Amino acid sequence: MANDLTLPRLKSDDLPIVISAGFVLVILALGSIYTVATLGTMPLLSPNYLLTQLQTGAFLGIVAAGMMMVILLGHIDLSVPWTMTAAAMLATTVGGPAAIPTGLAVGLLVGLFNGFGVAYLRIPSMIFTLGVDSVMRGLMIAHTGGFAPQDSATPLMRYLAADKLLGVPVAIFVWAAVSIVIAAILSRTAFGKAIYATGNREAASYLSGIRTRWVIVGAFAISGLCAALAGVLLAGYSAKAYQGMGNAYLLPAIAAVVIGGTHILGGRGRFIGTVVGVILIVLLNSVLSIMQMPEAGRQIIYGLVIIVMLLVYGRTAKVTS
Amino acid sequence: MSTVTATTPPRASALAMSIRQNRGFYGALLLLAALYLVYNLIHPRGFSTNVFIANTNESVALAFVAMAQAMTVIVGGLDLSVGAVMTLTSCIASELVRGEPWQIALGCIVSVAAGAGFGLINGLVIVYGRLQPIIATLATGAVAIGLALLIRPQPGGEVDLDLNWAVTNSIKDLAETYHLFDDGEAAWLQPVAWVPVPLLILVVITAAVWIPFQRTVTGRTLYAIGSSEGAAYMSGLPINRAKLWAFTLAGLFAGCAGLYLAIQTGSGNADIPQAGAYTLNSIAAVVLGGISLLGGVGTVIGALVGALILRTISFYFRILSIDPLLQPLVEGVVLLAAVSLGAIRTLRVKNRLELFR
Repeated sequence: MANDLTLPRLKSDDLPIVISAGFVLVILALGSIYTVATLGTMPLLSPNYLLTQLQTGAFLGIVAAGMMMVILLGHIDLSVPWTMTAAAMLATTVGGPAAIPTGLAVGLLVGLFNGFGVAYLRIPSMIFTLGVDSVMRGLMIAHTGGFAPQDSATPLMRYLAADKLLGVPVAIFVWAAVSIVIAAILSRTAFGKAIYATGNREAASYLSGIRTRWVIVGAFAISGLCAALAGVLLAGYSAKAYQGMGNAYLLPAIAAVVIGGTHILGGRGRFIGTVVGVILIVLLNSVLSIMQMPEAGRQIIYGLVIIVMLLVYGRTAKVTS
Repeated sequence: MSTVTATTPPRASALAMSIRQNRGFYGALLLLAALYLVYNLIHPRGFSTNVFIANTNESVALAFVAMAQAMTVIVGGLDLSVGAVMTLTSCIASELVRGEPWQIALGCIVSVAAGAGFGLINGLVIVYGRLQPIIATLATGAVAIGLALLIRPQPGGEVDLDLNWAVTNSIKDLAETYHLFDDGEAAWLQPVAWVPVPLLILVVITAAVWIPFQRTVTGRTLYAIGSSEGAAYMSGLPINRAKLWAFTLAGLFAGCAGLYLAIQTGSGNADIPQAGAYTLNSIAAVVLGGISLLGGVGTVIGALVGALILRTISFYFRILSIDPLLQPLVEGVVLLAAVSLGAIRTLRVKNRLELFR
């Protein structure tokens, strides 16, 4: 479906995207059959319903876009939850026209710090970003005293997250803008090519003259920025920042990137796949909530879907030497 | 290295070699000893049995989860489902561990076996499905949480109270509860009567599971896989069997954690944030205990020490009456500082290519 939006590349990279896009259609079809059988209508296929779902998916989509940059390097960013929360809290605390820049600056700083630890200190990203997440959580709990801050989101934050433009939620435009920028970086710039190269083999990239440390710092900075933007928007959507608002976004973001065909060890993956992965997860969640599936069933189905999708196309090569 | 070992006496060189090979582990051991000594010095009732028992009680679940994580990290993997499997087994245990003594015993066995079984499924998916452990266990962790919620939609359960009392106190109390060894008054028992049962459980299970396993071909294969899977394959080592064992034992340890948690709290709770916190803390404990996230270096005992360090740090908050709100901040700073110490190595590297691995 959406494959013709980006440059054609390797066929094997397209397979996951085609399969997950097909699975999106399967989810929509099964969900519609269910609603026809029980309610007699097909709310799932109405444009309004889909747009609302995509609006809530926009936050996940923005987080996943940043996460993908890091995963393409073979790293991971576990500091996303509290980067989001910190950006949202500081943005609402500062308020006024400086709110959004403050939030984004928080994300940029966290990202640069993550990049410094991973690229220069050579600490595994899994543990360094985990520590940064804990520090951010500590700072925010100390900042707010453990309560939800009373400051509310600025009108601009609310407009970007919850308003509509030409009948389409503005958040979707923001997600689209972020997506276009990231897709352009990945496919059209030297930095994007350097990310793929470094993710494949850092030593070879270094010997080819790529400043691999800067590439790593850059990717983490983008991930921090994206997480901060999603946090600021989420605060706008719910009118205020609250404790742990980012916790529900970390694992779905990783899952969306991987379902979209990006290799968890880095070096392979196309951006459009991440978009399809986000849509898949959002629609799966909404169909399950239409079915009034209890949390237990949701978690099981969610886990099984990821396993099955990966068994179809995410298998690694057999170790033979 | 070889010249040093040739000129020094064999016994001293064995220890020196062990220290050289496991700097992280011995460093962690020293840190734990120092932290716990200072803790007892400033605690108003320091060096008392009660404090020791309370501390070990709070450490068992995390210690087991960290040991579970260590099994998978040594083979160069990662298990993001350990906290979820612990939650699942604690929910199972909260249903089964009650009634007649044989029912209680069966309940304990079933709970731990459920953990090991779930670990085996993880292993099968990873080995025969050829999926990356991180992402596969992320998904199976969701399944485990779902099953836990099915078993226990609301927190609760009535775990046997005698058992709760017996395993969360000293050996003497254990003997008294079950009328063993003259109600714990037997003369030979007195020197060890003060030892907390939770500590005994940790030591016994580590000694019964890890130490024999480590010496088998399968156990050595774990390290070979962690160092270089391709080389291990070419050497004809049983790669698949070793990985299956690693994940099964990880499940077993996570099952022990869940069972203990259920007995300790007397109930089960399918708490998703708690499961996530245990998983993340287990990774931190593994790193603190001198296990390389790249695989091939470290032992399960290191993870145990790492978990105890994390818990000891949290004990400080209570006695120093530091605002508990600062706890996550201090934990994070300690973790970052500990891993940054390992970064000193990178400043000494002359050939930058050695940094990329």
